[in-house]
Amino acid sequence: MSTWTDMGAAGDIEQEDVVGVEIGGRAYAIYRSLDDVYYATDGLCTHQQVRLCEGLVMGHIIECPKHNGRFDYTTGEGRGVPIRENLRTYPAKVVDGRVLVDLG
Amino acid sequence: MSQPRDYSMTGDDGRAAVARGLADAQWYQTPVARKRLKELMQRSDGPAIRDTVLWLGLMVAFATAAIALWPSWWCVPFFAAYGVLYGSASDSRWHEAGHGTAFKTRWMNTAVYQIACFMIVRNPTTWRWSHTRHHSDTIIVGRDPEIVGMRPPKLGSIALYFFGVFDLPRGLRTMVRHALGRISADEASYTPESEHRKVFRDARIWTVLYIAIVAACVVRDSWLPALLVGLPRMYGAWHHVLTGLTQHCGLDEDVTDHRLNSRTVYMNPVSRFIYWNMNYHLEHHMYPLVPFHHLRELHDEIKHDLPPAIPSIAAAYRQFVPVMFAQRTDPSVCIHPQLPAPRLADGTLGA
Repeated sequence: MSTWTDMGAAGDIEQEDVVGVEIGGRAYAIYRSLDDVYYATDGLCTHQQVRLCEGLVMGHIIECPKHNGRFDYTTGEGRGVPIRENLRTYPAKVVDGRVLVDLG
Repeated sequence: MSQPRDYSMTGDDGRAAVARGLADAQWYQTPVARKRLKELMQRSDGPAIRDTVLWLGLMVAFATAAIALWPSWWCVPFFAAYGVLYGSASDSRWHEAGHGTAFKTRWMNTAVYQIACFMIVRNPTTWRWSHTRHHSDTIIVGRDPEIVGMRPPKLGSIALYFFGVFDLPRGLRTMVRHALGRISADEASYTPESEHRKVFRDARIWTVLYIAIVAACVVRDSWLPALLVGLPRMYGAWHHVLTGLTQHCGLDEDVTDHRLNSRTVYMNPVSRFIYWNMNYHLEHHMYPLVPFHHLRELHDEIKHDLPPAIPSIAAAYRQFVPVMFAQRTDPSVCIHPQLPAPRLADGTLGA
């Protein structure tokens, strides 16, 4: 069952960047790609629970700010050491200028 | 005198650090506006390509001159310069390429990382994981496998590091152990089992290469091949030890603020080239995603919140060497850098 949750204004996220959102004590990361598509993942790195919103977005890659672990944020797939567990992703869309994420 | 601490990865101090919440802890960071931080984190191939062409080009030039002048004494200065580029610059290239921040292009980081690992005789896999731990748990006793200035310090041993007296034999012994398919308990504590296959594979390739070097020495009845590959890790190690000791020596253990356990030292341009700007070490630990060529700018951005940078390599040694001498009899002695007063939101100084 879909539970679309408002994560904030789409315009607040720069292209090729990420912001962090906390809902119900859980951290999420919302991404805006260079081609203006929005994505959502869990907000903490699967390696050591570091906030990904402080990392660097390069194309479709988010790099963790602490140990440089990399994920493809469109699929959640970990890309090499020290990542050993993929990142959970969530469907995201923009409606009336707001980013909505299906937290399931 | 207090009980000596256990710096191994499997001992009581490591377990105590976990129990005290010092493992994988939240570390202090000087705030930097997201927009500015993004600028500083941007990757670029240009500076690292320039430096790598210069690094490897100079090595080829110095080696060519040294070979041409061998075996006269005139070859010595050329070997000395070649050795520093081989046995010291490889340390900083291992480090920066290992973080993946040197180049923007991924394969370039990988290529330089593999070359540098071979030169500095550090297994590419175990050392990547040990450095990951070093960043998680910097100078946390029993957790950080890269602590050099253990207390009480063995100053004689540290002095011999300048000539790679322990490092090269230890590196080669470890290589052979890995080639035989064995990993130590310490290494196993931070290197996942799924990575062990890579450890053994690389060690076996390296073992073959080192056997080839020894064979070339025997066949040619000459030290020349080993002076070019392997031995520079000893006779050229002094610069990476000279600069590396300034990173953390004499500062505190078991703190979660890099301003208290890491040091920034202003250095001359030649040392900064060899060391790839790791003299901005405190900044690197606070923001590891910032590439070497932006560390100076990061330093300018956050220095208001850091202890004053040490003005020179000599000044750094004047600061920590007496402390390390004192630690021989009282391991609790350490340097407590003076932290600036925190700034309030309006930019004024707090109480």
